[in-house]
Amino acid sequence: MADSAPQNGSFQRTISAIVQDKPGVLARIAGLFRRRGFNIASLAVGRSERPGLSRMTFVVEGPDEVVRHVAAQLDRLIDVVEVHDISEQNIVWRELALIKVTADAEARREILELVNIFRVNVIDIGAESLTVEISGGRQKIDSFIELVRKFGLEEVIRTGRVATLRGTLIEGEDDGLFQSEASKATYILPVTTGESGSV
Amino acid sequence: MTKHLAGSQIVCEALLKEGVSVVFGIPGGAILPLYGVLSQYPNLRHILCRHEQGAAHAADGYARSTGTVGVAFATSGPGATNLVTGLATAMMDSVPMVAITGQVGRAAIGTDAFQEADITGATLPVTKHNYLVMRADDLGATIHEAFHIAQTGRPGPVLIDVPKDVFMEMGDYDPDAPIDLPGYNVPGKAEESQVEAAAKLINEAERPVILAGHGVVLSRSFDELKELAEKAQIPVVTTLLGISSFPEDHVLSTGFPGMHGMAYASLTVDQADLIINFGSRFDDRIVGDAKRFSTKSKKIHVDIDPAEINKTIQVEAPVVGNIKDVFAQLIPKVKQTTHAEWLRHVEHLKAEHPSLRIPESDRLMGQHVVKALSDVTKGEAIITTGVGQHQMWAAQHYQFKNANSWLSSGGAGTMGYEVPSAIGAQVGNPDKLVWSICGDGGFQMTMMELATAAENNLPVKYAILNNNHLGMITQWQTFFYDGDYQAETYTRNPDFVKLAEAYGVKGIRVKTQDELEAAIAEANAHDGPVVVDFVIEKVDDLYPMIPVGQSVQEMIEDPN
Repeated sequence: MADSAPQNGSFQRTISAIVQDKPGVLARIAGLFRRRGFNIASLAVGRSERPGLSRMTFVVEGPDEVVRHVAAQLDRLIDVVEVHDISEQNIVWRELALIKVTADAEARREILELVNIFRVNVIDIGAESLTVEISGGRQKIDSFIELVRKFGLEEVIRTGRVATLRGTLIEGEDDGLFQSEASKATYILPVTTGESGSV
Repeated sequence: MTKHLAGSQIVCEALLKEGVSVVFGIPGGAILPLYGVLSQYPNLRHILCRHEQGAAHAADGYARSTGTVGVAFATSGPGATNLVTGLATAMMDSVPMVAITGQVGRAAIGTDAFQEADITGATLPVTKHNYLVMRADDLGATIHEAFHIAQTGRPGPVLIDVPKDVFMEMGDYDPDAPIDLPGYNVPGKAEESQVEAAAKLINEAERPVILAGHGVVLSRSFDELKELAEKAQIPVVTTLLGISSFPEDHVLSTGFPGMHGMAYASLTVDQADLIINFGSRFDDRIVGDAKRFSTKSKKIHVDIDPAEINKTIQVEAPVVGNIKDVFAQLIPKVKQTTHAEWLRHVEHLKAEHPSLRIPESDRLMGQHVVKALSDVTKGEAIITTGVGQHQMWAAQHYQFKNANSWLSSGGAGTMGYEVPSAIGAQVGNPDKLVWSICGDGGFQMTMMELATAAENNLPVKYAILNNNHLGMITQWQTFFYDGDYQAETYTRNPDFVKLAEAYGVKGIRVKTQDELEAAIAEANAHDGPVVVDFVIEKVDDLYPMIPVGQSVQEMIEDPN
């Protein structure tokens, strides 16, 4: 597997797993990461397209080699049907966040401007606050949060990342998140150093 | 044909269908419904142990020595948690076991009920898989799944936790229901391209060495290993757990390498241009400093577990598959050759670095005891050990002639493994001679199982290498803690002969080299368990030694 991260670098990796929809599966998986002292930066679990099977997408932080080895150990778990480290593949991924911002009448106008620019939805509005639903890459969500911080963040609720491999037909298409085929080596997920990313 | 039975009956019927004839265990409140039906199943022999750790190690010893799944029963709470060391030991050494534990009733789970422990939670990291069975209808299928998982692929222990009322509930059992495990694949043959690549490296190598690990033993590939080694004239180094996978009186046998292995074995591995690893996980006791491990060699790693490939050592040629199948694929592709020059060099290393010096002393040393045991039993006994100096002396000085005759806690390094594992080995091999080589420390961790041996008149022979010390601890304190000896001496060891007699077991004490052979012969002739208290010198240190994390360059062969 090509390695786009620096030598011995600690890097966020995205792992996608198909698992049996049974109690205790999450504990088994989490246990393997805990044993190595890794932080699970984000986690999303839901039923998959196949009956009886769930899909888990998790982002973990740890040295590349070790994360790859843990992925191999995950595959060994009886309840794990498939596991793929998709960090270096051509993936499209999204997160969702609900953000409640303090907003009096004056601030509301300014926030709604940002809402338009970011093409996000206002899902609740009250006299003193409004709640925005935003989906997209981490960078987009982080930027929006930074821009509305000055109004007063009441709550930020973020989901884990969900990711999928692109269909081959659109491989290489540039949507602004990933570079084209020619510079694949640079398509490191937009993560800033020191950011814990915990949700 | 579906049967309608109580949960506890389903357990027994499913165990019998799996071919189980003996279980090791201790009853308790939550598992009593299972014991309540045992009288209906006279073909299931239950051996009552004195501690659940002993039951687990006995099941482990039974499994290793017979190649079948060992079974242990324990009750909820402390009964179940007492199994944990035994499960961890089996997990580290890939031993097929099934443990069945009682659990508090379903309604009480999670309420901190009397004798409740979350044993599936506690054993997640030390089992290959585990189950909490909440319906009697699921019991049969779960047991068959557990046996399948325990003994296929890379073997390991599986725990099944059964609430008391599930044992008592009526349920349906279909013995012929198919197993459906979409997430579990059992590797068989390796990909042909991997085998081709490995064969090419072997045929090109000038200084190849085979590193035979526990995988050779677990897959029972003794004949195949010998065939490959002889065909291409490749020296065979065994890992600690690979001992007895290759006859030690064979000219190609080159000892075991690593921290306390033979110097010539470590040097052969270091000087080779190709390591052909069959079923060893490149354990840190062999590798030491990974950056300086056998730097001149390419490596082939044959393993059934893909997660072992490139874990500690990067290899040129990974081969993932069942070792027995891989041998069958590989042997026809390997050219017959002699490697005469390399073998002469290995012989030279053996002569120059014997490093199995038996100390020239009038006093009784651990090495003298093992050497005498090896001579008197002609290398044909089944040997069990725990961990420590006694284990290394046993590995160094017992010359194993029979395949799979060495049962030792390798990965986990469990003190006390030696006493109950010998019971399991004897139960599984009633006609064979079983010697348990014990340290006085480890023996005292599980010696209550002498009662189990006595009760069942199991003729296990216990050799305590008694120096009133935790010998390996003493050695490490000498080397790494400037001789600051702490908590390394037993100033009040029991009188082991009297202790044996208190258990109704024959006790013999040996203090000199002159008494060795007669005492061992006397123990062998006795029809029942025997404890021989070999009072050995405590000043004895164990060599060779490669300090932790170092390489063969730092090996201390023999300070004398």
